Amino acid sequence: MNEILKYTLMIVIILFTLTTIAAWLIWLERRMLAVWQDRYGPNRAGPFGLFIVVADTIKLFFKEDWIPPFAEKTVFVFAPAIVAASVLLSFVVVPFAPDILVADLDIGLLFFLAMSSLGVYSIVLGGWASNNKYSLLGALRGASQMISYEVFMGLSLMGVVMLSGSFRLMDIVMAQKDFWFVVTQPVAFVLFLTAGIAETHRLPFDIPEAESELVAGFHSEYSGMKFGMFFIGEYLGIILISAMVVTIFFGGWLGPVLPPVVWFTLKTFVFIIFFILLRASLPRPRYDQLMEYGWKIILPIALLNLLVTGAFTLLKN
Amino acid sequence: MFSLLRSIGLIFLHMFRKRETIQYPEEKVVLHPRWRGRIVLTRDPDGGERCVGCYLCAAACPVDCISLQATEDENGRRYPAFFRINFSRCIFCGYCEEACPTYAIQLTPDFEMGEYNRQNLVYEKEDLLIDSQGKYPGYNYYKVAGLAAGVKGKGEGANEEPPVDIRSLIP
Repeated sequence: MNEILKYTLMIVIILFTLTTIAAWLIWLERRMLAVWQDRYGPNRAGPFGLFIVVADTIKLFFKEDWIPPFAEKTVFVFAPAIVAASVLLSFVVVPFAPDILVADLDIGLLFFLAMSSLGVYSIVLGGWASNNKYSLLGALRGASQMISYEVFMGLSLMGVVMLSGSFRLMDIVMAQKDFWFVVTQPVAFVLFLTAGIAETHRLPFDIPEAESELVAGFHSEYSGMKFGMFFIGEYLGIILISAMVVTIFFGGWLGPVLPPVVWFTLKTFVFIIFFILLRASLPRPRYDQLMEYGWKIILPIALLNLLVTGAFTLLKN
Repeated sequence: MFSLLRSIGLIFLHMFRKRETIQYPEEKVVLHPRWRGRIVLTRDPDGGERCVGCYLCAAACPVDCISLQATEDENGRRYPAFFRINFSRCIFCGYCEEACPTYAIQLTPDFEMGEYNRQNLVYEKEDLLIDSQGKYPGYNYYKVAGLAAGVKGKGEGANEEPPVDIRSLIP
């Protein structure tokens, strides 16, 4: 009974914290983008403009929640829920601290890969159900992007699994006690970060959305809170990928003096801000370019990295 | 690959640059003297209206936002009975100012004309007429126009024919 209560409380707290942070990332992103573009960004509503998020949320709730008559209604309504749900499910295995963790699965890493890949369904289904040419193009690009990054995303992590000898994220964190995996697996880190950006569909890989080409890509037809769900899903995805990069390559909660949760949050926010910096600085590649890089350059590098790591592990034994 | 990293670094350094934004309501914008803003009607040095109701401004206006009606006072001097500018149409091009033969209509460096009611953007003559000579102090149309400059008489220039008496039939 006590155990159940404890886990329920933990789930509620993590869920609440994550959605709140995801909402306030809108403010953070706009402020940081402004900082890198020599502007101030939203600074009027409340202290430092923090209340702009509240205003935005109220606005989203009061927008007309319109479903186009030509859309496939059930799928159209269902699609935005998938992205938020699948990303939130991935957080089940993220170890925020030694004692703040919902489920310590043996196959945590695989679970994360599986759940985060499910997110692409919301793009494909949402774009398809919209029954609009731009949305369909966005969905098509989403699918093409997925098949190009998903392969080397999993492969880049296998080196880490080899070194730590486990799929459990807890073990992976503990294996980084002496030095972080970013030192021993720098190539894997770069590859995973690239794949992670593509996974969250953030700039420069926001190919399915591509405002400058496809109106708003797969969510052109969405309005109100259904659009808000896509938005929240995207920001949750940023948090997830940042948290996973920290867990797998930067020692998770490990760190001196400060409590583990603080270390984890600090490291995660560094990567969230890096994501925003990427948005501020890099242009978007064409989607055939992304596929070409993914299959012809990055996949061989990932395989080579895996081979070298395997050889070293064999030699060490 | 290197150029990507370089651009990321360059953008990061922008963090320490000076902000370009002007925090508007607290910090005012610097408007230059020739800035084309709110339109006014000026007066001559004696305090009379400069406008002679010639309609040239209304004719020059590309969006037809100026409307006026000329009339005459007891001395036969023309002035506008009403003068109306619809600022919800005005594009502040300044053609009216260029067209004006008496320097009456002028654009001023002021843009803070926001209204809650659109009808309030239609300015009547009372709103437009200001108690100032504007950009041309000391200019009075009636004192200058049609007067000999005291240099030479009519038709005495180098390649100039003497003036024709237009009321006579003699060639």
